[in-house]
Amino acid sequence: MNPRRKQRLIAVSTVVVVIGAAIGLMLYALGQNIDLFYTPSEIVQGKDGVKPRVGQRLRVGGLVVPGSVKRDENSLAVTFDLVDTGPIVQVSYQGILPDLFREGQGIVATGHLSAANQILAEEVLAKHDEEYMPPELAEAMKGIKHVKPQDANYN
Amino acid sequence: MWKWLHPYAKTEQAYRLCSTLLPWFAVASLLCLIPGLIWGLAYAPADYQQGDSFRIIYLHVPSAILSMGAYSAMAVAAFIGLVWQIRSADMAVAAIAPVGAVMTFIALFTGAAWGKPMWGTWWVWDARLTSELILLFLYLGVIALYQSFEDKQQGSKAAGIMALVGVVNLPIIHYSVEWWNTLHQGATITKFGKPSIAPDMLWPLLLCLAGLAFVVGALSLYRLQTEMLRRELHRPWVQKLAGGNSDAV
Repeated sequence: MNPRRKQRLIAVSTVVVVIGAAIGLMLYALGQNIDLFYTPSEIVQGKDGVKPRVGQRLRVGGLVVPGSVKRDENSLAVTFDLVDTGPIVQVSYQGILPDLFREGQGIVATGHLSAANQILAEEVLAKHDEEYMPPELAEAMKGIKHVKPQDANYN
Repeated sequence: MWKWLHPYAKTEQAYRLCSTLLPWFAVASLLCLIPGLIWGLAYAPADYQQGDSFRIIYLHVPSAILSMGAYSAMAVAAFIGLVWQIRSADMAVAAIAPVGAVMTFIALFTGAAWGKPMWGTWWVWDARLTSELILLFLYLGVIALYQSFEDKQQGSKAAGIMALVGVVNLPIIHYSVEWWNTLHQGATITKFGKPSIAPDMLWPLLLCLAGLAFVVGALSLYRLQTEMLRRELHRPWVQKLAGGNSDAV
């Protein structure tokens, strides 16, 4: 490699490495601010030693506890519990839930903290995982019987 | 290998290579994409959770993978163009950028169309979606920089540096779903280990991916040819190609 090319190679590589390192450090410093949501345990036990204040606007993401979904018969109001690995957080919401919402499903709710472990949500989004399979296979492998929302027996 | 590659630094040779490859890419893309899409959209089984809505995966995942693949190819060309100052590599950067930008746009658009029925929202500012949007802006930046210089040599240099700096974004897009918690789910096929998708859904997906890859290749080759002709309009080989008459160009 002739000296001029070598010089250019070094210059270009340096620029890329330096900028890469700068952006890497920036992302590292921003760290968990890039996270989309708090998990229920982070709300109850705190994240990096800081607990969210009551009244703070936040997002929470977790799994809907089976059997915890309670719908109001006369309105769209619904309450359900969210869990990840530890404590439970209760979410109240008034509005239309996404199709994928069901017990055991991962969801992300936006709202504000009304008590230490209670959230008044304005928006509920459903999360799905990266696994795709036909219903028969899901039933055989995971024991999941797919139920259409209208056939589900929520009380 | 250098001996074999070196002739293609000459645009004339590279142009010939493009002409030879182009029909093969075009045929291969049709052969993969048509059966892949029909199989995926009509015959693959519906998903256990998402039903038929999941079928947009056959457009979304290939275009998302290729938006990043095209960017890597563009960055490699930019690197070669900057260090070895090979003109055909510079032209390749200019040729690939719009194709990659379109792939990124398709990925974002189909993603939004998939997000609305499944997640319940068109858009959310999570790490995966945001970093993919930044990829679109990087492509647009590369195109704009290249176009904004009267002297194409200067333009290529500026666009090349921008393309190389943007490479930082590729691992961020890929690992965003692991490093941070996001609404977007994790990787299904672009990971080590077994893909987490049933085989009769996976095969059409791979066919669509290969087909779209050939489409990106074919479009890039075609654009590269045009770029070569445009930038070397007054060189003897272009004149010869156009019939030996300089008035005809």
